[in-house]
Amino acid sequence: MNIEKKRRIKNLAALTLSSLAALSGLFWLVFILGDVLVHGIRGLSIDLFLKDPAPPGIEGGGLRNAFVGQLLITGMATLIGVPLGVLGGTFLAEYARGRRISRLISIVSDIMVSVPSIVVGTFVYAIMVKPLGHFNGWAGAVALAIIMIPVVLRTTEDMLSMVPWTLREAAFALGAPYYKVIIQVVYRGAATGILTGILLSIARVAGETAPLLFTSFNNSFFSWNMNEPVASLTVTIFQYAMGPYDSWHAQAWAASLVITVFILFITVLGRLLLRWRFGK
Amino acid sequence: MTKGLKKNPVDFLFGTLTGIASLSVVVLIGGIFYALLSESKLAIESFGVFKFITTIDWDPVAEVFGAATTLYGTAVTTALSLLFAIPVALGIAVFITEIAPGFLKGPIGVAIELLAAIPSIIYGMWGLFTLAPIMEMYIEPFLQSTLGRVPGLGILFEGTPMGIDLLTASVILSIMIIPFTASVARDSFNLTPPIVKESAYAVGATKWEVVKDVVLPYSKLGVFGGVVLSLGRALGETMAVAFVLGNNHQITTSLFDAAATITVSLANEFTEADTDLYLSSLYYLALILFVMSFITLAIAKFFLLRAERRYSR
Repeated sequence: MNIEKKRRIKNLAALTLSSLAALSGLFWLVFILGDVLVHGIRGLSIDLFLKDPAPPGIEGGGLRNAFVGQLLITGMATLIGVPLGVLGGTFLAEYARGRRISRLISIVSDIMVSVPSIVVGTFVYAIMVKPLGHFNGWAGAVALAIIMIPVVLRTTEDMLSMVPWTLREAAFALGAPYYKVIIQVVYRGAATGILTGILLSIARVAGETAPLLFTSFNNSFFSWNMNEPVASLTVTIFQYAMGPYDSWHAQAWAASLVITVFILFITVLGRLLLRWRFGK
Repeated sequence: MTKGLKKNPVDFLFGTLTGIASLSVVVLIGGIFYALLSESKLAIESFGVFKFITTIDWDPVAEVFGAATTLYGTAVTTALSLLFAIPVALGIAVFITEIAPGFLKGPIGVAIELLAAIPSIIYGMWGLFTLAPIMEMYIEPFLQSTLGRVPGLGILFEGTPMGIDLLTASVILSIMIIPFTASVARDSFNLTPPIVKESAYAVGATKWEVVKDVVLPYSKLGVFGGVVLSLGRALGETMAVAFVLGNNHQITTSLFDAAATITVSLANEFTEADTDLYLSSLYYLALILFVMSFITLAIAKFFLLRAERRYSR
């Protein structure tokens, strides 16, 4: 076999293999999403959203408490995490632009984005559950907020950095103080990007389970009280999936479907916003 | 850049507020380290460092705790998942950057991003109810009757395949980290200047030769950073493995045995720890995990930054 042919065969083999790799990526996506869809639709019913859980082992009931709890925890986490993240990102991109501290905090945030979420759960347990003596919804919200902050902070920093400096100079020339320039000019210019960052951070924490296991824990009763344990969809899925009853499994699948659709919807929405804003 | 800061009190206030908000990240990282350290103090005093990580026993009743089994489980699942994920992820990155026609680049890229967006608990559900039975009935018996017969390799495939084991957990973990590795690798590949690639094509190199001899050498720092980043992710992943690993504290050579990782032990035992020493030992595990992943992620960041600085001038 001559060298020419050998090279061509090698090339063909390599290209085929990497195409197969790409296909396998698609395969897993379709497999997992299809599986969640097929199993989830079977368990889906109006009762799932409107009724509270039935006693263990008894058919029927729903997960109203977990839906409400999930909204509460995620909502509160957003209220805590987003302002801190946006303001923090503002400092890095504006007041400390180009300084060493800005780079350092930026790197620390990047590392924190990937810190194991279960470690955040143990941390919040130590500062908010142990001293109070009981699990509570606030602890869950704080745990999720801690995961959100670096995500929002980094996207805000990136988005603000993309606003042209000349725009700020134009505003300075009119005599505006820096904070007014930031709020009225820079934030407006970067609004879509910041919103995308917020959306993606919500998508990131809405599916988190590990940080809630030791913080908001679980609650089989309907409750608005964030000072008590609060049910969440994700922890409920974990508990129900590991449980022995078929009806629990069906509800866990249905909850999985709802949460997956919600997260993928937000993720796609964020991507579309970005594409719309920056044209591709 | 700080014009007006001294002149305008509102500006000073706003600037300080943003500064405090950005410091929260540093405070949190420091706080996590401090809290884990002080909570695990009791266990550190009782077992020391070297003894703790080499002790195989994990016995809540006798109150003897060692991290060897969980560290072993973490190491095996992480290593195996990287082994499965890296070739596929690199293949995907090559496909997106070099092979795919324009109309396929977008959809494949989106698919990979969606794969990354699926929450880990969904991977866990799918792993427990769908993948584990498939592994138990088809893949593991098949591996046992083929690779298991190979002398020397046999010890990896001993025992009755149950589907709840190291192999299944590693497969799920690898599917989870493929998107991270692939997207970092794709970004690094894209940093290769087109002119260098074109020169290679001009002297008659095939696509594979361009990838192997031009793109890969050019982007190796970034790709390495991406792999280390995925390693950090795999170390700390909890829910995807919690469903299918069984939380069995043992060191086993067979991939068909249940095991425990640091994250799985924490998820399963944290709320059940009934003595101070038990809880403190779990905190000790969390501390070890935190330090390991922090170091890993810092290394990844270091390489990614160097890659960026070197090539994006």
